[in-house]
Amino acid sequence: MADRKIKVIIAKPGLDGHDRGAKVVARALVEAGMEVVYLGLQQTPESIVRAAVEEDADVIGLSILSGAHMTNFRRVRELMLSSGLGDRLLTGGGIIPTKDQEKLQEMGVGKVFGPGDDLQEIVEYIRANARRVPG
Amino acid sequence: MGNRTKTAWAEKYEAGGVRDADFTSISGRPLEPLYTWEDLAGSDPETRLGWPGDYPYTRGVHPSMYRGKLWTMRQFAGMGTPDQTNERYRFLLEKGQTGLSVAFDNPTLYGRDSDHALAAGEVGKTGVAVDTLADMERLFAGIPLDRVSTSMTINAPAAWIFAMFLANAEKRGIGFDKLRGTLQNDILKEYIAQKEWIFPPEPHLRLITDLMAFCAEKVPQWNTISISGYHIREAGSTAAQELAFTLADGFCYVEHALAAGLDIEDFAPRLSFFFNSHLDFFEEIAKMRAARRIWARAMRDKYKAKNPRSWLCRFHVQTAGCSLTAQQPEINIVRTALEALAGVLGGCQSLHTNSMDEALALPSEKAVEIALRTQQIIAFESGAANVIDPLGGSYYIEKLTNDLEEEAERYFRKIDELGGVVKAIEQGFFQREITRAAYEYEMALSRRKKFHVGVNEFANLGQKLEIPLLEIDESTERDQVAALLRTKAERDNGAVRESLAALKTAAAAGRNLMPPLLECARRYATLGEISDALTAVFGSYREQPFF
Repeated sequence: MADRKIKVIIAKPGLDGHDRGAKVVARALVEAGMEVVYLGLQQTPESIVRAAVEEDADVIGLSILSGAHMTNFRRVRELMLSSGLGDRLLTGGGIIPTKDQEKLQEMGVGKVFGPGDDLQEIVEYIRANARRVPG
Repeated sequence: MGNRTKTAWAEKYEAGGVRDADFTSISGRPLEPLYTWEDLAGSDPETRLGWPGDYPYTRGVHPSMYRGKLWTMRQFAGMGTPDQTNERYRFLLEKGQTGLSVAFDNPTLYGRDSDHALAAGEVGKTGVAVDTLADMERLFAGIPLDRVSTSMTINAPAAWIFAMFLANAEKRGIGFDKLRGTLQNDILKEYIAQKEWIFPPEPHLRLITDLMAFCAEKVPQWNTISISGYHIREAGSTAAQELAFTLADGFCYVEHALAAGLDIEDFAPRLSFFFNSHLDFFEEIAKMRAARRIWARAMRDKYKAKNPRSWLCRFHVQTAGCSLTAQQPEINIVRTALEALAGVLGGCQSLHTNSMDEALALPSEKAVEIALRTQQIIAFESGAANVIDPLGGSYYIEKLTNDLEEEAERYFRKIDELGGVVKAIEQGFFQREITRAAYEYEMALSRRKKFHVGVNEFANLGQKLEIPLLEIDESTERDQVAALLRTKAERDNGAVRESLAALKTAAAAGRNLMPPLLECARRYATLGEISDALTAVFGSYREQPFF
């Protein structure tokens, strides 16, 4: 168990081309020893959760700067629950107001990050909160 | 006891000791502690700088610059439904703004209707939703389109959004020759940085040349393209990459238009540019000055344009959205003021100043007003508009201008080796260069080699946000979808089908697509219907994801 790398799916749902943050974070996670599957642009909640099931990912990270965070996080979380991925971490980042961050946490979404947050902090958060269930 | 030589000064400089700090530019450019006339040896001011309004335009595109006419203060705005945005435009015009600039929402930018599956949750969120001519009518209701110039930030579906704009003017009895404004219409930087395309590059490039040909004849005051470095920089590039990739895109458009048989003097004077103004004050000013010189030389010497108007690199500037912080948002006002001043000292023709709250949400009315007032302070209080190119002749600025030009030239050679801009895009060259630069900058912040005040230095831990944010209500999406369905129910659907069929025929036959697009717009065909019709002929495009 301890040998397995933390596996992270990173995706951009919907019609949002702002991929700078997603790519920078993906690279930082790889440098930190994690395995990253970057799905790229124009993903749907369905395609993201399907990939997470296929990859048996520990973490799903969504990057959303389009304002569609409530819709997308809610849908991805629902699909995770119905696909047996309820114990995995759903996190992400983008332009997400504090008020919405609180609502997301109530839905079972983890911490979401924003402009200016430190890469190292993101790495450590994922390392500490990724699913680590034996077997 | 003065220093007699540079060496003597340098000895004293070394002896005095320097702070333990990173003295590179924000792009990572190593900098000397001092620049002198020696750094400009061999650089003849007569040929390198010239006079304002004269080749090579390093000092500005007009002989009188801001003494003749101030830059256009143009705040990019759009949110929610067309009615909500129309209200914001009236507010901005009333506060002294001198041009309009439309921000569309993501579904519109991708040529999708508000009821498309991928649009869920995005309608009206980062700009205004426009699905049909009916939305265009509401967007500009009561705004004198023959007197206010209008810029539209739209790329992949630019030709059919413009067709809706023209159809609206036509309905209001405003002649096309009276319309002034700019379409961004720059698809190359979409593949490079912003990632909003519909088709593969070649059909998009054809639509751009169609639009240039149409406007040269029918809409002569329209800037058909705004070749944009802004998004390249926002995606994380360095200043030199922004400069080089943007101008390389410009050369690519020129070559496509020439290959399509257009006369350079017909389209080149209507090409315009759009640069970012980031935090590194002097590097930004130098970048803008270098852009004018490089463009003028290429247009005159390489593309053989004879009319000096074809040589001008006229540009819009926007302050750097990516420099704004969510932490202590009020201090973004100061960042924006410095960046805006750099845009003015760089000789921009129009300017957008970001609002302090844009790392958090779309700007509130109060935040937008402060941003506009920032420009007005620069124009009317600071004295920056009194003298043309006030930093011209500064050893540092001139050396940076020369260095940026050389770096851009190196990139042009590299792009040529890769087979040109489109080939370089397909090989992921630009994307990789930018991703690397973005990562290096983030790491420099993380390692505290670079600083962002209020974020990795001078942070106020646990501070609560104290400014009000604009919220786009969930009802916006429902209202917009309802309006779309109403339009579809009320229009002549037989006429829509006919116009879409004619569009497909013209697309397959290689005819200019502007006349059939205009006909589709008049019939209230939707943005998405037109995108689908053209996709049936041109195909779609996917990028290989990488990081």
